[in-house]
Amino acid sequence: MFKILKKRELTPVTKLFVVSAPMVARKAQPGQFVIIRVVPNGERIPLTVADADPEAGTVTIVIQEVGKTSRLAGAMDEGDEMLDFVGPLGRPAPLTGKGPVVLVGGGFGVAPIYPIAKALRAKGVKVISIIGARTEDLLILSEEMASVSDELLVATDDGSRGHHGFVTDVLKQLIDSGREIEQVIAIGPMVMMRAVGRVTEPYKLKTLVSVDPIMVDGTGMCGACRLTVGGEVKFACVDGPIFDAHEVDFDEAVRRGKIYAAEQRLAVEKMEKEQCGGKCACGCGGGR
Amino acid sequence: MAENETKPPRKPVKRPRAGMPSQDAAARRRNFNEVALGYPEDVAVAEAERCLACKNAACREGCPVEVKIPEFVAKVRERDFRAAYDLLKDTNSLPAICGRVCPQETQCEEKCLLGKKGEPVAIGRLERFVADWAMAQGKDEPPKVQPNGKKVAVVGSGPAGLTCAGDLAKKGYKVTVFEALHAPGGVLVYGIPEFRLPKRIVAQEIQNLEQLGVEVVCDVVVGRTITVDELFEEGYDAVFLGTGAGLPTFMNIPGETLNGVYSANEFLTRTNLMKAYLFPEWDTPTKVGKRVAVIGAGNVAMDSVRCALRLGAEEAMIVYRRSEAEMPARHEEVEHAKEEGVIFHTLTAPVRILGDDEGWVKGMECIRMELGEPDASGRRRPVPVKGSEFILDVDTVVMALGTTPNPLVSQTTPGLDVDKHGCLVVRDENGLTTRELVWAAGDAVTGAATVILAMGGGKKAAAAIDEVLRGKE
Repeated sequence: MFKILKKRELTPVTKLFVVSAPMVARKAQPGQFVIIRVVPNGERIPLTVADADPEAGTVTIVIQEVGKTSRLAGAMDEGDEMLDFVGPLGRPAPLTGKGPVVLVGGGFGVAPIYPIAKALRAKGVKVISIIGARTEDLLILSEEMASVSDELLVATDDGSRGHHGFVTDVLKQLIDSGREIEQVIAIGPMVMMRAVGRVTEPYKLKTLVSVDPIMVDGTGMCGACRLTVGGEVKFACVDGPIFDAHEVDFDEAVRRGKIYAAEQRLAVEKMEKEQCGGKCACGCGGGR
Repeated sequence: MAENETKPPRKPVKRPRAGMPSQDAAARRRNFNEVALGYPEDVAVAEAERCLACKNAACREGCPVEVKIPEFVAKVRERDFRAAYDLLKDTNSLPAICGRVCPQETQCEEKCLLGKKGEPVAIGRLERFVADWAMAQGKDEPPKVQPNGKKVAVVGSGPAGLTCAGDLAKKGYKVTVFEALHAPGGVLVYGIPEFRLPKRIVAQEIQNLEQLGVEVVCDVVVGRTITVDELFEEGYDAVFLGTGAGLPTFMNIPGETLNGVYSANEFLTRTNLMKAYLFPEWDTPTKVGKRVAVIGAGNVAMDSVRCALRLGAEEAMIVYRRSEAEMPARHEEVEHAKEEGVIFHTLTAPVRILGDDEGWVKGMECIRMELGEPDASGRRRPVPVKGSEFILDVDTVVMALGTTPNPLVSQTTPGLDVDKHGCLVVRDENGLTTRELVWAAGDAVTGAATVILAMGGGKKAAAAIDEVLRGKE
C-alpha cells in the first residue's frame, strides 16, 4: 500500500499527491510514468511522474479528474493509501542537448513538464517554458515552473492571464523572433501536442511529445498503447512515452484514445447514481 | 489386516474411461463458470481402478515434474485421498492447476499402456480430483522447515516462479517473489480464463506457498523498479527469473491499429485479470463486437475465442492458416470450443483489416491457403491460393499468434544473454543463465510453451540453486 503524504488541490478537478513509494522514488526519472489502482475492483491508470524525491521516498503525481478512476483517486485524502503504485515505467526523457530548450505544457501536462525543466536546469541548460490552460483558474504549477525556468510565458484561451490564445501562438512568435532554440518538448492534450508539432515542423525544429494512450499493464505486455511513429507500430509504455512529434500519427492516437469513451461515460454515470446522495464524490456507494 | 501382511494383488478393472462431467455447452458459452466440473468421488475411484499399476511406469516419464502417478492413482483406488495428495505434492506444488491445464494427451496419458489399444487412464482428471479434495479439507498443513539463512529472489509469479519458490522454501530458503502486476499468478491469472482455471484455485495455491514462508511482493517490475544487480546488493544469494513470454505478436498487416483490434494478451488480461466481464461492477471495460475473429489456433486463441462468446459475441471464429490437424491447442480446448459454437476457418490467413470512416474494424480480407511441403517445424507449410481473397465480415479481431519474452530484465542486466528470439540463454539443463547465480526457466527461456514445462524448469532450477548455495557454505 502506498500512503498519500500530501494533497494539494491545483484546480477543482486537478489534484496533486505526494505518495510514499520508496522503491519507485529511487528510480523515477523525468518523463517516466507510474500505474496506479485505487479500489479493489479498479482499473490500472497511467500517470506521468511530476516529481520524485529519493531521500524522502516520495513520488509526486497530478491527477485530472476525467473518468471514474481519476475521480476516485482525486477524492482521496492525506493518510489514505493507494492500492497499487508501480513504476517507474517507460523510458526517461532524453535530456542530452545543450539547449536552449523550449518546454510547452498544456492543461495538466504542465505537471510532467515540471521535472523535465528541473532536470534541465540542474544540468545548466537554458529553459524557456510556455504553459497554458483554458483560463487562469485552470493554470497549474505556474510558480513552480517559474522557479525552474529561465523564462516563463503563459497563455490562456480566454486571455485571463498572459497571452490571449494558445501556447502554440506563443511558441510560433518565439521561433519567429529568431531566438536560438535547440529543441522543443511539449506535453499536454493530444490535440495540443499535434498542434505544437505542426508549428515546429516547417522549421525542422526537433520536437518531442509525451503521449498518454490507453494502457493496461504498462510493461509491454498488452499493446493497448500502440501507436504509429514514423510508419512503425510502437508501444508507448516501453518504446515511449516520449516520441518525435513529427513522426507520431496523432489522428490515429486521438482515435484510439476514444475506444472506451462510451464505457467511461457509463462508469461515471453509474458512480454518480451510487454516490452518497450526491454528498461525496468518492463513488463508494455510501460504504465509505 | 496385520501391518506386515502384503495386500492381495489387485486386478485392474476393465471399463471405459470415465467422462468428465461438464457444464452444458449451450449454457456455458454465455457464462464464465468452470466448464469441467470434476469427477465425483465414486467416479474417481472407478477410474483409478482402470490403472494397470505398471512396474516401469511410462506415464511418469511423460511428466515434466515426474509426478508419482501409479502410486497416487493407487491411493485414489484405496480411497486414501490424503495419501494421494501427499504423493502429488511431493513433486508437484500446484496439482489443482496442472490437473486442469496440462496437455495430458501429449504427456503422461500419451505414455499410458492402456492408451495403446484403448483409452488411457484419465490421469489429469484424477490429479484434479485429489487436489480439489484436499482444498475442500482446508489449508495445507505447512511442513516444519528449518530456515537456512539464505535468501533467493524469484522474479515473476507464474508457474515457473511459484514452483521454484515452493521448492526452495521447503528447503529452508527465505524466498521473495516479485510480481510486476497487482496480483500474483502470472499467466494463470491474466491469461487462462476463469472458466478453465478458477482464480480462487490459483489464489489458494499461492496461499499454500505463503504458508510455507514464501513472500509475494506485487507491483515490482524487475528491470524498472529494481534491477537484478540491485537484488544481489540487497542480499539475495541467488536470483531466479521466471518472467515468462509476455510480449504479444502482431502480423504487421495493414489495419492492425484500428479500433477493435486486440492482442490476445490485452483481450485476455482485460477479461481475466481485470474482470472486464463484470464491467461496470469492475471498472475495466472491454469491447466485443457482434462478430469476433481470433487469429491463431493455440490454447491462447481458444481461450480468446471462448471469452469472446461469453462476452456476448454473436459469432466467434478461429482463423487459422493451417488445417485442424496442425492446431497447437490442447485437443480438449478445441472440442470445447466447437461444442460452444465457435466457427473454424482453417486454411485461411488474414491479409489486411478493413476500417470504417471512424477507424473501427468493419471486415478482414483473408486468403485461402493449401498445405505444401513440410517446413522446419515438420508441419506442412501453408501456401496461399492465388486469387482466393475474400472479405470476412467481422468487427473485432484478436491476434493470438504467440508471444515472446519481455526484454525488461535482459536489457537491464549486464551479462545476461538472450538468443535471437529474445529467449534467455541457459548454460545447462537446470537453467543457469550466462550470469553467475542467476537461473531462469519457463517461457522466458523456451518461448511460449506450457504451464507444466515451466513448472518442470522451475523445479530443476530450485534443485540447482540449492546445490550451488549449499556448496558455497
